[in-house]
Amino acid sequence: MAIKFRGVDFIEFDSLLSDDERLVRDTARKFIEDNLIPIIEQCNREGRFPRELVKPMAELGFYGASLKGYGCAGMSNVEYGLVMQEMERGDSGVRSFVSVQSALCMYPIYAFGSEEQKQKWLPAMQKGEKLGCFGLTEPDFGSNPGGMRTRAQKTGKEYVLNGEKMWITSGSIADVAVIWAKNEEEDDNIRGFLVETDRPGFRAADVHGKWSLRASVTSSLSLQDVRIPECNLLPKSGGLKSPLMCLNQARYGIAWGAVGAAMACYDCALQYAQFRKQFHDQPIASHQLVQEKLVWMINEITKGQLLVLQVGRLKDQERAGHQHISMAKRNNVWMALECARMARDILGANGIADEYPIFRHMANLESVKTYEGTHDIHTLIIGSNITGLDAF
Amino acid sequence: MKILVCMKQVPQKDAPLKLNESGTWIREDVSYEVNEPDAYALEEALRQKEKHGGEVVVITAGPARSQQVLREALAKGADRAIHLEDPAFVGLDAINTARAFAAAIKDEKFDLIFTGLQSDDYGYAQTGVILAELLGWPHATIIMQIEKADGGIRVKRELEAGYFQFVDMPLPAVLTIQSGINKLRYATLIGIKQAKNKPLRKVALAEVQDALSPNLLKLERLYVPQKTKNTEVLQGSAGEIAKKLTEKLRNEVRVL
Ligand SMILES: Cc1cc2nc3c(=O)[nH]c(=O)nc-3n(C[C@H](O)[C@H](O)[C@H](O)COP(=O)(O)OP(=O)(O)OC[C@H]3O[C@@H](n4cnc5c(N)ncnc54)[C@H](O)[C@@H]3O)c2cc1C
Ligand SMILES: Cc1cc2nc3c(=O)[nH]c(=O)nc-3n(C[C@H](O)[C@H](O)[C@H](O)COP(=O)(O)OP(=O)(O)OC[C@H]3O[C@@H](n4cnc5c(N)ncnc54)[C@H](O)[C@@H]3O)c2cc1C
Repeated sequence: MAIKFRGVDFIEFDSLLSDDERLVRDTARKFIEDNLIPIIEQCNREGRFPRELVKPMAELGFYGASLKGYGCAGMSNVEYGLVMQEMERGDSGVRSFVSVQSALCMYPIYAFGSEEQKQKWLPAMQKGEKLGCFGLTEPDFGSNPGGMRTRAQKTGKEYVLNGEKMWITSGSIADVAVIWAKNEEEDDNIRGFLVETDRPGFRAADVHGKWSLRASVTSSLSLQDVRIPECNLLPKSGGLKSPLMCLNQARYGIAWGAVGAAMACYDCALQYAQFRKQFHDQPIASHQLVQEKLVWMINEITKGQLLVLQVGRLKDQERAGHQHISMAKRNNVWMALECARMARDILGANGIADEYPIFRHMANLESVKTYEGTHDIHTLIIGSNITGLDAF
Repeated sequence: MKILVCMKQVPQKDAPLKLNESGTWIREDVSYEVNEPDAYALEEALRQKEKHGGEVVVITAGPARSQQVLREALAKGADRAIHLEDPAFVGLDAINTARAFAAAIKDEKFDLIFTGLQSDDYGYAQTGVILAELLGWPHATIIMQIEKADGGIRVKRELEAGYFQFVDMPLPAVLTIQSGINKLRYATLIGIKQAKNKPLRKVALAEVQDALSPNLLKLERLYVPQKTKNTEVLQGSAGEIAKKLTEKLRNEVRVL
């Protein structure tokens, strides 16, 4: 049975959005419905990133959408969030690609870069002509990136970078990598460096055998004596707080994205349950146990929508703290994963087949729960904020 | 070329509809969208402008909510918009809608006016044709292609059974556009931002009231067709049954 996404709005959430916000959302929704939905299951099966969508997404202005100037759309944070929601309604992997391009690459260049760096990269990245990746995580340092081993050594007018990065989204398709490394000349202060991926000594190898985010590229990066000119240092980066500022941008988008994935699962399960009949020729939606699941989902999705909208409104007033974003990411990804599991259950055996989007979302969300700060790390961030005591 | 596109906001095609209390129309709390052929009309106008230069103006008649149609059109590239804003435009007959449009644009000089072939809700297919009549302009319907020609345009009309008709006509003219004439573009995020600064002129009902006559359209009753089930066993020899069956399929079920 063909199920078409209808959107999810239980409490007139749309009335909290402006006309423009709705138009942005509807435009992104239509684009995803027309261009991603028809191909995503096949991409997921093949473990293929739909590269053909890079340009069309650029034309609509999806990259760096919340940045101002350099060809970027200058969207508000809420509008940007709504785009992320619609992307992830399609697929978390494609949303991850856009998040990395926008929040983890264009944003640090925009926030920490020199004017020259901005002119060189931002317009090209906005147009999708250049792709980026973000190298923070290492084989031995994930939740605790401050322990990283990647180092930068100044020799003459160059930096020489050495180290390994792991689990890097878009690593092997990127033209430029934002590499976070300890700078020896500054007493190991963490700085960001722009590394063109065609420099000698830079290698990217894809991670194979993933059960999750199969439509997104994930790579390990190896940097062996990679020489970059000193002007490739991001001048305004400084300390671990710089990459964490990038993560804040991306986490915020993820909190919206998760709502999209949850909506996709809920809407599919609802339509399926109304259609599928078991016992007394009754739709399974007529059974109390099934209703309980559907009600749990719409309940949590609605709360998640309100939470992330409020964080977005705060962000638009520059009042969003990292703890607010942590709460939105932690709650919404968790609830989306629970929704995916329940939806999977409601579809019975059909829930495991890729004729329906649910299992794909469920598997994707396992990554989303881990990256950009694991669920538990966000617990500790919020815990630290409310108690004043670190528990890491 | 200066082109006016008439656009209407209609209930979303796959939205579940509920009847209002008096059973005369649907409840307002549905999702709305741009009438499909109007979206193609806008796209065609934008393409003509890209080819020949000029201006694209969009107009709608409807309550406050219908401004969304204009916003979307501006975001896609229309230059300015006119909103005949009043709830009374919902359910207005075609002649008065056309009169309201004609009155609202009396100070403008357009080369072309596009409407959609018909609206997805009432489906009159009349508004554009009547508007042409009121303006004293020629019109052509069900347009599938528009080319500039000496002294005017050459258009391709869709007829029935796969036939087309080519018509040469002078300007100014009114064309009613068929869905599928082109491929729709998406609004871009930048376009949505820029649309905020484009002019949108609001016209109150009072300003065009003098041009209107009483609304002749009255919906008496809308209802959802009753589902009925009826089982009938056909008796007789195989030949007789087959005969009865084909009769029923032809005359009652009308599938043959
Ligand atoms: C598909 C995918 C794409 C990714 N893309 C990128 C990318 O583009 N760029 C990038 O830099 N990284 C990326 N990552 C890496 C991601 O950010 C890390 O996986 C994440 O930070 C967790 O690190 P880890 O995997 O090393 O887990 P660990 O840090 O080893 O954590 C393992 C478990 O221990 C728990 N834990 C750790 N410390 C504590 C503590 N103090 N108290 C309690 N529990 C604790 C964690 O919550 C977790 O459950 C990606 C990951 C995935 C899966
Ligand atoms: C990989 C795989 C291998 C399988 N192998 C076999 C096999 O070898 N042989 C075989 O015969 N079958 C096999 N099955 C089928 C399996 O037994 C069925 O999928 C299972 O019985 C559930 O049926 P269903 O998928 O039709 O779900 P449905 O019966 O449609 O159930 C859908 C949802 O509705 C709920 N539900 C249904 N009725 C009620 C109710 N009255 N009250 C509350 N909730 C209700 C269910 O709990 C579920 O959440 C296999 C399934 C899978 C996935």
